[in-house]
Amino acid sequence: MATQQTRTLGRVLLAPSVILLFLWMIVPLGMTIWFSLLRYNLLDPGTESFVGLLNYQYFLTDPAFFAALANTLILVGSVLAITVIGGILIALLMDQPIFGRGIVRLMVIAPFFVMPTVSALVWKNLLMHPVSGLFAWVAGLFGLPAIDWFTNWPLLSIILIVAWQWLPFATLILLTALQSFDEEQKEAAEMDGTPAISFFFLLVLPHLARAITVVILIETIFLLSVFAEILVTTGGGPGLATTNIAFLVYAQALLQYDVGGASAGGIVAVVLANIVAIFLVRLVGKNLDA
Amino acid sequence: MARRISTTHRVTATAAGWLVGFLIFFPILWMVLTSFKTELDAFSTPPQFLFFHWTTENYAIVQERSNYLHHAMNSIILAFGSTAVALVIAIPAAWSMAFAPTKRTRDTLLWMLSTKMMPPVGVLVPIYLLFRDGGLLDTHIGLIMVEFLANLPIVVWMLYTYFKEIPKDILEAARMDGATIGKELIFVLAPMAVPGIASTVLLNVILAWNEAFWTLNLTTVDAAPLTTFIASYSSPEGLFWAKLSAASTLAIAPILVLGWFSQKQLVRGLTFGAVK
Repeated sequence: MATQQTRTLGRVLLAPSVILLFLWMIVPLGMTIWFSLLRYNLLDPGTESFVGLLNYQYFLTDPAFFAALANTLILVGSVLAITVIGGILIALLMDQPIFGRGIVRLMVIAPFFVMPTVSALVWKNLLMHPVSGLFAWVAGLFGLPAIDWFTNWPLLSIILIVAWQWLPFATLILLTALQSFDEEQKEAAEMDGTPAISFFFLLVLPHLARAITVVILIETIFLLSVFAEILVTTGGGPGLATTNIAFLVYAQALLQYDVGGASAGGIVAVVLANIVAIFLVRLVGKNLDA
Repeated sequence: MARRISTTHRVTATAAGWLVGFLIFFPILWMVLTSFKTELDAFSTPPQFLFFHWTTENYAIVQERSNYLHHAMNSIILAFGSTAVALVIAIPAAWSMAFAPTKRTRDTLLWMLSTKMMPPVGVLVPIYLLFRDGGLLDTHIGLIMVEFLANLPIVVWMLYTYFKEIPKDILEAARMDGATIGKELIFVLAPMAVPGIASTVLLNVILAWNEAFWTLNLTTVDAAPLTTFIASYSSPEGLFWAKLSAASTLAIAPILVLGWFSQKQLVRGLTFGAVK
């Protein structure tokens, strides 16, 4: 039973975390909202003036916004599809009696620990380069023409790199969930002679549903903010081909010095992320009660 | 009862498993191999797999020309610095929520989680301006502050889930014996909490080491960690593949090894306890 003394102490101990996180969230966010209502350009200091929702009007009607929104959705959707489906398949494989499973696991999980700038540059140069890249050589072995990845398929190239980084995360979580699958259920199904396909769809997939939801929600949070991979490979181009919302806001702020416009874009990004966040927080909350 | 597994099954699974593992790992392996080539061999077609002239000159050149150690040191300072600050702030909070929960504990935890959901780009402009005006751009202290705050929710959460597993009866027993809260913390709780704290440190160091949004936007030279340093190889004149590979290998090696030790904690930390 918590005494009065413990309760007071608890509050004191909790306070620094709560206050700091509150400040970290509310001060910059409040400033972003305030800036988003101003005409404010860093190249033109001292001329700030209140313009109401004009920045939002500009940002939301800018063709660049629609391009960036489309790119963001395609990037997030494709990476999710690749990592979830790939992750399920690889997790199922890793759950098999593999000789040296520990080492295979280490190899599969490794890409997750590679910093984004390294994976982007290694893929772009060593693998995807149209002349000396390894993919071009492999295509040549099969008599196929080499693909100029970043010229002809820039967004797909980014998608592949990001998917490679997140595949281990999906695999690891799905494998963890898979390993909690009831051995007896497996045996019973085997004895009954349940075909592997229906066993998977009727028993395994429902068991994984929760883990899959978690993977989708958490990845989405991070994938909405993909930035470094774009910055070091394409710089958002060619044209706007690989500009996502995060990169668009960055470009508007630190390349065009348009504080007002970038802030409006930042708020739009926050709203998008929050839509996903609500679901994730609810899911985790349910888990806390359980 | 152990299930009977046929040899065919075992052989097929092993072959498929190793093939998939090899393919996923290959980009890293290829990068390491390339780092030991001459620039000429690195570009050659057909590619050289093993029978090239092995050299370590790239590693020497990377350090000599671009001061790799300076950036590695920055990575260490930022990753461990931000983790240390986060621990100091988070341990009391997690302790209090795990051992003296109130009606609001659940909401507090969820609210903390929700702050992690805020996309960094939403606060890029004000943080950048505050840093510029406060002279914090490209400084260790500024970056440690940002990284610490960005990861604080994860640190509190992880510690909370570990602390919750410490049996409460032990504390009650200690209290019966007349231990004060201070003694309880040091002699009873601390030894049991060490494994959880170690796991939290491991995961947080990995996350901070690889964080590339704030480091790319807020550092240039003085406080630039390895993420920013590697990004400098994206300029056309920096495209020397063997040197890029050597620098990259050095940048990821320590954290890859740490990461391999933290597989379980990773699942726990990044899913906020939703998958165990």
